Amino acid sequence: MLFSIYRYNPETDKKPRMQDYELNIEEGSDIMLLDALIALKEQEPTLSFRRSCREGVCGSDGLNINGKNGLACITPVSSLGKKVVVRPLPGLPVIRDLVVDMQQFYRQYEKIRPYLINNDEPPARERLQSPEDREKLDGLYECILCACCTTSCPSFWWNPDKFIGPSGLLQAYRFIIDSRDTETSSRLADLDDAYSLFRCRGIMNCVDVCPKGLNPTQAIGHIRSMMLQQGL
Amino acid sequence: MVASTTSLGRSGLHDWVIQRITAVVLAVYVVYLSAFVFSADSLTFAAWQGLFGQTWFKIFSLISIAALSFHAWIGMWVISTDYIKPTGIRLVFQALLILSCFAFIIWGAQILWSV
Ligand code: SF4
Ligand code: SF4
Ligand code: FES
Repeated sequence: MLFSIYRYNPETDKKPRMQDYELNIEEGSDIMLLDALIALKEQEPTLSFRRSCREGVCGSDGLNINGKNGLACITPVSSLGKKVVVRPLPGLPVIRDLVVDMQQFYRQYEKIRPYLINNDEPPARERLQSPEDREKLDGLYECILCACCTTSCPSFWWNPDKFIGPSGLLQAYRFIIDSRDTETSSRLADLDDAYSLFRCRGIMNCVDVCPKGLNPTQAIGHIRSMMLQQGL
Repeated sequence: MVASTTSLGRSGLHDWVIQRITAVVLAVYVVYLSAFVFSADSLTFAAWQGLFGQTWFKIFSLISIAALSFHAWIGMWVISTDYIKPTGIRLVFQALLILSCFAFIIWGAQILWSV
């Protein structure tokens, strides 16, 4: 099987290049793309990429695979055709080969204050939540911050310093809708500028790529309607 | 975050709401005007002048011209902040944009009330 992989070492290379590698995969067997990359790394020890859990829960190995963002560890090579083109996630600075600098992504995440804030007196034991209220967090809390969505979003490419991006906005909604959080209106107010939330143009690339099947566009829509209700 | 000084609504929500409302106004206007144009034998000079001679239609038309200008202002402002990175060029573009929006509204009013 043929792999064309993005190679770039900013310390020694003038510009990035695509390099082809051949890998024998036994007839009738299937492996995940991450395993293929690990096998290729034996041929070519300088090949760099991130990975950790190798089962789609840590979010380290988001890559651009045949033009579409996804996690290498849960992408079977059988689903990828004869030639596999692997590039780093788009829109973020490349540190080396398939490793990108996630700072801009995390900075946006930090802005939405990704933790519960509750200004009420703490109860003796813990803050309880009804099963119905807990249910509202489904489809939100599962995000593993892999950045597949945000780096596929054109609005983030053009304004990575100002637009929170789908992943951060999904998380923002996760705290806005949490019944135990008391900062709902200040969280909404924080997003009411021309960029942070409203730069989303509903292109839905984010929904298309999320490896956890989440729907950031829908969360963005919910935030917008909550703002509208507060503003009317 | 600093408010965007050259955007129409100065807040994301305002811009978003104005964009939706102006879109509805434009849709209604276009549908009404097309219905008029395509309805049988209405396309005579007299009918056309009669339509634009009525005050309510002048107001409706002026509101639609304003809606178009504001819609364009918001839309083009977004495009300029996405694609024009050098501040100087962006400022000139936005200034021209805002001026032409106002120019179109005034010019439109002048044309409408000259009928
Ligand atoms: S729906 Fe919004 S956040 Fe998602 S990819 Fe499109 S512009 Fe980006
Ligand atoms: S929403 Fe999906 S694609 Fe985006 S960071 Fe979370 S898990 Fe990854
Ligand atoms: S290695 Fe953890 S998500 Fe792929």
